[in-house]
Amino acid sequence: MKNIDNDNSSIPNELKRAQRVEKKTKQVLDTKIERRGFLKMAAAAAAATLPAKEAPAFFDFFKKHYKEMTPAEKKVAIAKLEKKLEKKLGLDINVTNPDPIDNAHFVYGLDLSKCNGSRKCVTACVKENNQGRDPAIQYIKVLEMDIGTMNLEKGDQYYNGIVPKKGKFYMPIQCHQCDNPPCVKSCPVEATWKEKDGIVVIDSEWCIGCRYCMAACPYEARRFNYSEPKIPKKEVNTTQGYLSNRVKPKGVVEKCHFCLHRTREGKLPACQEACPTGARKFGNLNDPKSDVAIIFKKKRIFVLKEELNTSPRFFYYFG
Amino acid sequence: MISYINYWINIIKFAFIGGKKFYLWTGFLSVLIGLGFAAYTQQFQNGLIVTNLSDQVSWGAYIANFTFLVGVAAAAVLLVVPTYIYKRDDVKEVVLIGELLAISAIVMCLLFIIVDMGRPDRFMHIIPFIGRLNFPASILAWDVVVLNGYLILNLHIPGYLLYKMYKNQNPSKKYYMPFVIISIFWAVSIHTVTAFLYSGLGGRPYWNSAILAPRFLISAFASGPALMIIIFALINHFTNLKVKQSVSNLLLSILKVTLPINMFLLGSELFKEFYTDSTHALSAHYLFFGINGHAMLAPFIWSSILFSFIAMAIIFIPKLRNNKKILYVACVLTFIGIWIEKGMGLIIPGFIPTPIGDLVEYTPSMIEFLVSVGIWSIGGLIFTLMVKVAIAIQTGELREKKKTA
Repeated sequence: MKNIDNDNSSIPNELKRAQRVEKKTKQVLDTKIERRGFLKMAAAAAAATLPAKEAPAFFDFFKKHYKEMTPAEKKVAIAKLEKKLEKKLGLDINVTNPDPIDNAHFVYGLDLSKCNGSRKCVTACVKENNQGRDPAIQYIKVLEMDIGTMNLEKGDQYYNGIVPKKGKFYMPIQCHQCDNPPCVKSCPVEATWKEKDGIVVIDSEWCIGCRYCMAACPYEARRFNYSEPKIPKKEVNTTQGYLSNRVKPKGVVEKCHFCLHRTREGKLPACQEACPTGARKFGNLNDPKSDVAIIFKKKRIFVLKEELNTSPRFFYYFG
Repeated sequence: MISYINYWINIIKFAFIGGKKFYLWTGFLSVLIGLGFAAYTQQFQNGLIVTNLSDQVSWGAYIANFTFLVGVAAAAVLLVVPTYIYKRDDVKEVVLIGELLAISAIVMCLLFIIVDMGRPDRFMHIIPFIGRLNFPASILAWDVVVLNGYLILNLHIPGYLLYKMYKNQNPSKKYYMPFVIISIFWAVSIHTVTAFLYSGLGGRPYWNSAILAPRFLISAFASGPALMIIIFALINHFTNLKVKQSVSNLLLSILKVTLPINMFLLGSELFKEFYTDSTHALSAHYLFFGINGHAMLAPFIWSSILFSFIAMAIIFIPKLRNNKKILYVACVLTFIGIWIEKGMGLIIPGFIPTPIGDLVEYTPSMIEFLVSVGIWSIGGLIFTLMVKVAIAIQTGELREKKKTA
């Protein structure tokens, strides 16, 4: 076994990786700053007008919180969102809103001995869930780790080249749908909550974009729409869940939701469907015949940062 | 009712009419506000993409300034207690200015929160009953309550006293003393709750420290008096109100206690981080020494510590502190030192490295800088105008004309 060294000066890949990230971030941001010169800003101040499409509708001010809506009001809200999205995207959109399933206990298992770091799950997730392509939002991060350590801080999210590499293993991380979620507790407006099948959802129509949940999440699972998400028209998934994969507006937080618009209807999450190795196992723990129930019984499993008492529903095992 | 409307007309008129220096100063602030507004227009249209924030470092300059200013607001209590509890007449002359400083600071805090929001158009959602305030679970919800409460308390107390003074009437204690007592505890609560925002997060070990709230309060009680000493010197220089030397002496003696305690608490925190040397010390490593050459914040935090030590040397050596100019230097160094420590030194390293080991550095973008300058200028302008009126009422320059028979 390798020596797990905590001395920071000896973190091998960190320098290169961080430089790469910084350079990338800088490039993106520099071009943005350049475009907005001083004169343009002054002109904007003089005009001080905002594009009509951005103006919030008056009645949006007084709309109800999702949890306070009656089923009939939910239908109206869904129809409204459908219309809004159709206008914005110029596509035929079908907004769905499947209810949480009674007596379901959704969990996700990840087999660390199978995952090969291909990131097929990441690509499938981005497509399924209408994540912005520029700047790129990805719910799943895959860490490339040295065999011999479980220290997440030593993982590399920005690895390239042919996988799997010798001496490495791969650890995908996405929202852990905690049973004791720090993000839900932190949200000042209850825009995010836990549904009875265990999925932590975000209402993009209610989120105020304060990003406190992002600070609270110990798994770095939440992403923010720093700008209006850009998705090529032909790549938009037109079946969009109200609380899941709908195209997001700018200024709100989003994250993995176990593909609830699929899984509540009996389908598999997109990431599991795309996984070439069978490392991903999603299912209902209350169903004794499900893969996850069998893994729970037969394998030794663990969760990340158990000491934080977040009780994740996303676990890891060695198959 | 008519006389109340007249009162407002008179004070507003008075607030905006002044000499050349007054117009130069307010004009200068207005230009900065204009620039800040222009920058914010860009941000409102394009989203927070115009900032240098990222998913990794999701809070930056706005929240750092917010956190610091909550401390400035809380520091008003250092004038309120000597005035109303210990009945110090010399402090009583300036307590209103302290309360007006608190109002300005809270206004800046609220503005910094609004510009940090991704969806400022949904601000209604945080208003109790109209929206859905997640109270008491969310500490941010607590912050909304305590900050707005503190603002209302501080609007009421000086507002009532100044109005009575303007009318040449004696204020009735029952209309302000209960609120004064509440405001003393409330001042402590605003900075405690703001510290709990950070210290309550188990996933951010750098913030998850029990001494964060005491550190916040003590640093506020150091930066606050430092700022007030400078403000009172300026008021002495530019206005008819002559602040007594004993007030500055009181503030200085507070500084003599709080500045060393602040350094002691910082030292305790650093001992825990570096002696234990667990992986949780990475943020502190990053802040002070950098990680693998990434040391953007290190020069700032070391200058902050240097500033604090220079300031301490000045206030403890009688020869130096008795020279007013050198004392003001100490105050400026204290103020800037704590601003760095609370802002860049506390908020940003909490995100570096991220909970799963990503390392992305952060410096504010031009837009963030301009918006922040704009908000500070709004605070400066509000404070200037309010203090101008308050001093005129206090010195008797601006009062209701006595009806002569």
